[in-house]
Amino acid sequence: MKYYRTHILICVDPECLGKGAHDIEDALQDELVAQGLIDEVQVLETPRIGDCSHGPEMMVYPDGVHYVGMSVDDIPFLVEEHFLKGRVAKKFLLTKVEVKDEELGAPTSKEVRVVLRNCGKIDPENIEDYIAEDGYEALAKVLASYTPEKVIDEMLASGLRGRGGAGFPAGRKWQFCRASKATPKFVICNADEGDPGAFMNRRVLEGDPHAVVEGMIIAAYAIGSSRGYIYCRAEYPLAVRTLNIAIQQARALGLLGEDILGSGFSFDLEVRIGAGAFVCGEETALMASIEGKRGEPRPRPPFPAVSGLWAKPSNVNNVETYANVPQIMLRGAQWYASMGTEKSKGTKTFALAGDVNHTGLIEVPLGINMREVVYDIAQGIKDGKKLKAVQIGGPMGGCLPEEYLDRPIDYESLAAAGTIMGSGGLVVMDEDTCMVDIARFFMEFIQDESCGKCTPCRVGTRRMLEILQRICKGDGKDGDIETLEMLCRQIKSTSLCGLGQGAPNPVESTLKHFRKEYEAHIYEKRCPAKVCKGLIRFDIIDACTGCTVCARNCPVGAITGERRKLHVIDVNTCIRCGICMQVCNFNAIVIN
Amino acid sequence: MTAMSAVGIVEVQTDQRSATVSESRVREVVEAAVAKCGATREDLVPILTEINHALGYIPPEAFKEVSHVLHTPIGQLFSVASFYQMLSTKPRGRHLIQFCESAPCHVVGGREVWTALQDTLKLESGETSADGKWTLRTTSCLGVCAVGPVITVDEDIYGNITPQQVNGILERYE
Repeated sequence: MKYYRTHILICVDPECLGKGAHDIEDALQDELVAQGLIDEVQVLETPRIGDCSHGPEMMVYPDGVHYVGMSVDDIPFLVEEHFLKGRVAKKFLLTKVEVKDEELGAPTSKEVRVVLRNCGKIDPENIEDYIAEDGYEALAKVLASYTPEKVIDEMLASGLRGRGGAGFPAGRKWQFCRASKATPKFVICNADEGDPGAFMNRRVLEGDPHAVVEGMIIAAYAIGSSRGYIYCRAEYPLAVRTLNIAIQQARALGLLGEDILGSGFSFDLEVRIGAGAFVCGEETALMASIEGKRGEPRPRPPFPAVSGLWAKPSNVNNVETYANVPQIMLRGAQWYASMGTEKSKGTKTFALAGDVNHTGLIEVPLGINMREVVYDIAQGIKDGKKLKAVQIGGPMGGCLPEEYLDRPIDYESLAAAGTIMGSGGLVVMDEDTCMVDIARFFMEFIQDESCGKCTPCRVGTRRMLEILQRICKGDGKDGDIETLEMLCRQIKSTSLCGLGQGAPNPVESTLKHFRKEYEAHIYEKRCPAKVCKGLIRFDIIDACTGCTVCARNCPVGAITGERRKLHVIDVNTCIRCGICMQVCNFNAIVIN
Repeated sequence: MTAMSAVGIVEVQTDQRSATVSESRVREVVEAAVAKCGATREDLVPILTEINHALGYIPPEAFKEVSHVLHTPIGQLFSVASFYQMLSTKPRGRHLIQFCESAPCHVVGGREVWTALQDTLKLESGETSADGKWTLRTTSCLGVCAVGPVITVDEDIYGNITPQQVNGILERYE
């Protein structure tokens, strides 16, 4: 076998061919022969390197140098520069236009990217890119040399816990499903990422769909299933499109369908689209939706692993859980378990949002503490303001104040602090946030999305919302806090599903950590953060020069005053829109 | 209307979004939906989504047609359709504006944008303008929180919105 020290790949797709790619290839071969390099350098054709707009294009490996736009006459110079003198021929280097990825930057030093490893680096619509990054190698390894039981053992040893929020050990779930006798069995991917502020799953589905597909095939092999569904929310049309392309390409290569890789194992899957119901992220509601019904949860037991889709054993896992599987099978459970803490192994993706300098997606080993995430990775609070709280776990998660920043981020610690891991949404709030307003805000969301099946959630959260709305308007009453606390306890302990059980969390945690704010709203009719419109007033102070700009811009005509004289805002007409404050050039308008 | 949609179907005429739809048109749309998605109960949500996309909403005639095809009582169909936020049983305007009302968009200035939208359109959430041009709605998180506040008009997504930009965006649509 011949070993070459260098390979040159020449793009021969139609566009580059039209620009003379074959002539370049011939000229290259001739020059290499002339220079006596033909035994060291191999010239190959490839269907695609870049976007071919600068063609012809060639790529030199192992250097990784991308040359474009050369003509036949340039070849002798190029060969001499690069292959004889060992210098990059700068003249033909492709100057890349950097497109800034707003969501996913280069990994910071504290990150470890497992699930996000390929996002932004490969073309998700080209399965060969995925394969080039060890894609489907795990599947091949599993089908060739692992029994289903061995796969499950490996998953158990890795310690991977469900990344959808509940954190149930994935290996154990697969074990239960495998042990169920009924057939057919189903593998389901929960891609209904509805938590506001969470978009990790979206990015993985759009950027590295095959990781999820491969994970599902391996899971199907382990539990004995031949049919799968990916339930993706309708708000993610690009993810749906990318998934469908990925599935088609996997089928074309025999990685999905009958007799995969000649192993005798068959599995296929399809995408199902949601229709705008947050509660369909709950596994039993999700299955009801696939069955063509209202997305209402049902009591468990029986658990989906025993009786799920159409009452058959089903394994439901989150996108991120499946995306971890190929890497775990390829690199081994020990590698995965070497990251994280004793009970929370591995890495977790988070979506940073809110008042921090750096928002977007990150992936960190579990056990890292919140301070590192907010101040090191997210580069601190915007505009130099102070941190007030970090909300973690989505609408069913709690708010953690400054004092909790040094706690580790893992399933147990977060539960002890009164919140949940959730799917990974992390919203950072600064000192200008009203925590009562935030609690009301989340409760509005819950009320919108409550399916209505069980009374504690349907009615209980409405009662809570009414109280919170009253408090924010300035009509808070003595006893409201106690009522809220009682409702929290009741709703939590009697709701049918995770949505209801978690709905009180924002209220409970803000009551626990920010009780004084509630008291100020109720007893002093004051919003300390100056947010709640019913409790603030806009006033004009002495700095006013009487320029009349505010009066002219007020949408409701609430400001009166003569030129060069102090202006006045009529508090009854004022709608607290804040436009006057924005247009004032003299900082003469303040909020009280 | 741009071609990329949640269900990836071919462009439809925007003038179909009128308050009454002819029976033959309804039948045509239902047949196409069933041909594409299937004719069993598990295909119900995809079928309703296709109809909603073609007509802007699901008219009563459509429920009757689907009821025949799936051998399912209209009441059950309506119960499913009314559950899902993206399916509408009332006629919608030619253009659907959705505003993301979730916490991450809210804390980066979403409130002001929402006020600007409501004031400019003189509509509250869920309402359609009298001339049938606009329907305004809030939506739950669209997953592009890194560029909040976010609004969508039909299939176009706009990020990093300020209240001042609202008029300019609305002017792009007929």
